[in-house]
Amino acid sequence: MNAILKDRNSQITRAGADTKTIACNKPSLAGAVSQRACVFCGSRVVLYPIADALHLIHGPIGCAAYTWDIRGAMSSGPEIHRMSFSTDLHEKDVVFGGEKKLEAALLELIDAYNPKAAFVYSTCIVGVIGDDIESICRKVQALKQIPVIPVHAPGFQGTKKDGYRAACEALEVLVGTGNRPAQEFSINILGDFNLAGELWILIDYYKRMGIHINATITGDGRVEDIANAHKAQLNVVQCSGSMMYLAKQMKEKYGIPFMKVSYFGIEDMSDALYEVATFFKNDDMLAKAKEIVRFEFARLMPELAVYKQALQGKKAAVYVGGSFKAISLIKALRLIGVQTVVVGSQTGTADEYEIIKQLCDEGTIIVDDSNPAELSAFVKETKADIFIGGVKERPIAYKIGLGFCDHNHERKEALAGYEGMLNFAKEIYATAMSPVWKFTK
Amino acid sequence: MELAINKSNTFTSTRNACKLCSPLGASLVFKGIEGCIPMIHGSQGCATYIRRYMISHYKEPVDIASSNFSEETTIYGGNKNFCTGIDNVRKMYNPAVIGIASTCLSETIGEDIPRLIKEYAQLHEGEQIPVFIHASTPSYQGSHMDGFHETVLSAVASLATEGATSKQINIFSGFISPADIRYIKEICDDFGVEYMVFPDYSDTLDNPHWKDYQLIPEGGTPVAQIKNAANAIASIEFGTIMNKVVSTSKSSAAHTAGEWLEKHHSVPNTRMPLPIGIEASDMFFKTLETISGIATPRHHARERGRLIDAYVDGHKYVFGKRAVVFGEEDMVLSMVAFLHEIGIETVLAGSGGESNSLKKEIDARTGGVYPNMIVMNNLDFETINEMVDELKPDIFIGNSKGYYIARRLKKPIVRIGFPIHDRFGAQRLHHIGYRGTQELFDRIVNALIEYKQEHSPVGYKYI
Repeated sequence: MNAILKDRNSQITRAGADTKTIACNKPSLAGAVSQRACVFCGSRVVLYPIADALHLIHGPIGCAAYTWDIRGAMSSGPEIHRMSFSTDLHEKDVVFGGEKKLEAALLELIDAYNPKAAFVYSTCIVGVIGDDIESICRKVQALKQIPVIPVHAPGFQGTKKDGYRAACEALEVLVGTGNRPAQEFSINILGDFNLAGELWILIDYYKRMGIHINATITGDGRVEDIANAHKAQLNVVQCSGSMMYLAKQMKEKYGIPFMKVSYFGIEDMSDALYEVATFFKNDDMLAKAKEIVRFEFARLMPELAVYKQALQGKKAAVYVGGSFKAISLIKALRLIGVQTVVVGSQTGTADEYEIIKQLCDEGTIIVDDSNPAELSAFVKETKADIFIGGVKERPIAYKIGLGFCDHNHERKEALAGYEGMLNFAKEIYATAMSPVWKFTK
Repeated sequence: MELAINKSNTFTSTRNACKLCSPLGASLVFKGIEGCIPMIHGSQGCATYIRRYMISHYKEPVDIASSNFSEETTIYGGNKNFCTGIDNVRKMYNPAVIGIASTCLSETIGEDIPRLIKEYAQLHEGEQIPVFIHASTPSYQGSHMDGFHETVLSAVASLATEGATSKQINIFSGFISPADIRYIKEICDDFGVEYMVFPDYSDTLDNPHWKDYQLIPEGGTPVAQIKNAANAIASIEFGTIMNKVVSTSKSSAAHTAGEWLEKHHSVPNTRMPLPIGIEASDMFFKTLETISGIATPRHHARERGRLIDAYVDGHKYVFGKRAVVFGEEDMVLSMVAFLHEIGIETVLAGSGGESNSLKKEIDARTGGVYPNMIVMNNLDFETINEMVDELKPDIFIGNSKGYYIARRLKKPIVRIGFPIHDRFGAQRLHHIGYRGTQELFDRIVNALIEYKQEHSPVGYKYI
């Protein structure tokens, strides 16, 4: 048996001066047991947190059932997004077409739930049976007087990343349709999904600096805010893999500049605040940012020092959705004395993998679109102690005696911002220091 | 109550489904075959979603390959991806068996998987290639339970071959927990009979801790036993609804593996409800006694005795309580019958399954003494949510996806079956036989006691 298939070699490299450049942005290899999902999944996770919109999945039941309330994205108000609506296509619909069913479903759901907009996701077989979703959406939009937006997401039409783009295209339809007055020092927060209330932590920092939050896309998202997103002076983009396309489109269409930030780890969090303050060229704002950073550093560092002392010398494997987040995690782990020995992502970019190569210690394994066979072989080879990943990586880690931290949809503790860093350190400490490992050695 | 049903019937869409799709059921069965890796012929997402869904329940690695359809595959056919997928799975996993489930996508574009398998075998003639099992599981047909039973049938129909006579008893135990499967095996061992439990994911989805990563976990029903099923002395099948409506078997009029073996190989089949409760469990033990000619071992008779003792000790805590029960049809049916046995009235029994025979079956099992019980097929959770207030239930019994309704009503929920995504230890729960019934009874009694205690103005120290 080979842990690594020959056709996967180009997507694996190591940190170091003369190692090869990693190949990425490729479709997954058939039979390789990729950890990725599909186009539909990419669009669904990005749009899901828009809480006052109806999300209707046009297809057989699976796609809707597996994504019901999947992400733990919190809302401060309506929670329509936590419902799973499906046209639940049956055999006769596949034979005779699902358009009538889709129309009926949309009409009844809009009447029953009063959403501010509706997103209609097309799934695999809809792409094949040729339902004209566009025309149904147009018809219902005219009838119900709310935006009814098709999301083109047949699973086979690309990778999860193409789903991000489909989501951004759906958002583009909304952006620019609102007519709210613009406010000074206003930003949009792109690419935070308010898992475990993380967005609210960030909003608090920005507000303390005197910044107006114009729209949050899509965490705790509202249709009205997204419709007015073009009124902001700046797009601040996290999770750049999913939201960069929208930021670029908004720059082109509305001239709104954007910047890439990360809210994970003290260093990146502080940089985010400084960069936003610098953008507005406002001394008072910069002073306030410095004050926040000083205050949080003073509060955090003594506590982190305790964890760092205990964790010094531990080794971590990181496998997450996007490579941008992986960069922050490597830095955040280093801050608490943990060395990253394996790092990878489902849908990373070449630029970011290059940064990772520079950032990591020589020999660190870097991998794109990995699978259980590879990941389990990598952690064994590098003798990693802790794994940072999502639900599908958790059993790989636990089964062979590694600690684990969920940095994906199912986290219940906020990991962004300064207090997020503290939570992260606490969780790494808890999983590394548990007495149970003595039984697994 | 009639009004509530009519109201829910006006929804064309499914709102918070109380079912999953067919390939998930197929994947479960493939995980229950020794040396088998499942491969889903369709988009990458199907495999990943199903893996994620199963991992969150079993807390175990669940590797499922995908042929990873692209736009090109969808237009020109999946032959290339199928072969690449199989090649790569063989290289990485070296499996004895590859279980292939179709999807809505591959079925809609008319993929002929038996032909793809045949062509692959021809291409690799002379090589030691894995055993292939194929199940037709388009997700627009039925639910995960239809996929489950269809796959059990497909595996048996494609592998079982007549040979030397055997004393094997085939047990097709349906969709139960790994702990339930281990318990059936313990019972059969105690009877001292030769048996096959299929599918057996008691190890593969509930492994001990490992030193090294096992790409294919040990355990599962051996292929040799499935082959031998044609020579068995008898089959026992749990479930009376199973995949009654959606049987896509083309080769035979039989709907289930037990029926198929009876029809084609004259293996007598006993179909019985999922053995939950004393009466249903008695039926299972009596059947084993009849087939084997051996009396129920003392150990199990004592377990039955203790269960009756517990029924007596606990009867007043449960009598007259009102339950809402939901999940897979056969699970719901047996749960309602068990609740009837202990004096709990089911006020709503529902399933996303579409056999349309749940009501008839429940009436038969409970003697039709609950004329007001609402029994619904093709049900979703939002319909339950809209109906429950006026039903005034005391307890919810079903999978964890109904939690939000119990939470809204501030009533206890006893989590059973699949999925249980918000609690620990789902793979270790027992549901069937005297032991499973005991565990369920204890959990239900305690849930009701805890509710009463917490809502008592003084609290109390003795029950």
